Amino acid sequence: MRIVYDRSRCQGHGRCYVLAPDLFDSDDEGYAVLLVTGAVPTDQQAAARLAADNCPEFAITIEE
Amino acid sequence: MSTTDKAPVTDWATDFDHTHPDYAASAPEVWDDLRERCPVAHSDRFGGVWLPTRHEDVVAIAHDTEHFSSEGVIVNDYKPVGLAPVGYAAPITSDPPFHADARRLLLPAFAPKAIARWEEATRQTCRELLDEVLVGHDAVVDAARDYAQHIPVRVIAEMLGVPREDGDRFRVWIHRILENPGEGFETIEYEDTLDYYLTNVIADRRVHPQDDLVSYLLDAEMDGEPLTEDHVRGTIGLLLIAGIDTTWSAIGASLWHLATNPADRARLRAEPELLPIAVEEFLRFYSPVTMARIAATDVEVGGAHIAERDWVLLSFPSANRDPEAFEDADRFIIDRERNRHVAFGVGIHRCAGSNLARLELTVAIDEWLKRVPDFELADPAAVVWSTGQVRGPRELPVRVSARGGEA
Repeated sequence: MRIVYDRSRCQGHGRCYVLAPDLFDSDDEGYAVLLVTGAVPTDQQAAARLAADNCPEFAITIEE
Repeated sequence: MSTTDKAPVTDWATDFDHTHPDYAASAPEVWDDLRERCPVAHSDRFGGVWLPTRHEDVVAIAHDTEHFSSEGVIVNDYKPVGLAPVGYAAPITSDPPFHADARRLLLPAFAPKAIARWEEATRQTCRELLDEVLVGHDAVVDAARDYAQHIPVRVIAEMLGVPREDGDRFRVWIHRILENPGEGFETIEYEDTLDYYLTNVIADRRVHPQDDLVSYLLDAEMDGEPLTEDHVRGTIGLLLIAGIDTTWSAIGASLWHLATNPADRARLRAEPELLPIAVEEFLRFYSPVTMARIAATDVEVGGAHIAERDWVLLSFPSANRDPEAFEDADRFIIDRERNRHVAFGVGIHRCAGSNLARLELTVAIDEWLKRVPDFELADPAAVVWSTGQVRGPRELPVRVSARGGEA
């Protein structure tokens, strides 16, 4: 599983870094920062799906 | 039934009025009806206004800053003109390209890490209010007027560095601006306006800078220049108006839900760790804020032909109950895990205060439930919901079985 994060769509809703704090962080303005490159660890895959499913801007997609 | 001097609405699809008491009483039913049969309602009131009700249309408009201007965001008889792209309360009333820089000034103060430092003060405020309200057992208290409404007022007063005692005046001004927009201007003395109040606060901070948002904005620059006085006053006015009624409404609506749904109340008591997920469902199901735009050109939305300069309401509450966008949209599901709600809007105008609002809502419910594990509506007929673009209970008498002063 990989996470594709489209920074240009992000508006700083902050759902991802609350639901998946090991995968996303917030920058100083509240926009998301993706913390992982490459494959998502198995124990983080549910969190990754939650982050994608709760983003109001559809800025996060999951590639299986 | 409430008394009103507003003309009765016979058909919500062709003559709706979001400031009418009937809308306040039954807005969710109105949206459901319109979404199915319309889905973009129209009214000749306020000089012509549209109400899209589908998630798809609301989101499309929010993202389309080319055809829809934020020059006016509160629908009333007086339509702003000639103020774009700055508007009277930047950045919420601003359009691109000015909007991005004006917003960037505010974002660091409202980012999660900056907001976290207000949690303890918010908890303290909630506890103080509960101490004041819960005198004796089995009392009837108004959860909206005696509790919810004071929380955001006190927090924002602290952020702005103004006395919390001024909060009562804030609420009068906000009520005037949001619930009866454009009415009664003729009879108001200038000394009794938000504009006058803010002008004095700004003049004071120029001489006596403090560690607060007013002084921060007076120090800030855009393109190497200090902000204009109008920009600073507009932005502070925005923080006051946008942060108070909205959050008060979300807290009140959530407490109304818990008063009327014992199973959800019991679940939150038993599983307090569920609260952050529940808060998102409160925000979806009881979204307080409907925004507005002014059409910048003739434009078509959901089959409706919107004319240049028409008002358009952005009903995020209706979008959040659209069955096309949410499974079981009409059911409140306290542990709903997939919740892509748009209570804070979408696009470039996403509520800048959303992190603060979430903090206040979470803390307000948490502290209430710790002290008031069980409560019910004292009189369902006495609950009054607000009119206008911010929806929440304004009178919410509940009968409480309070615990003593334990934390």
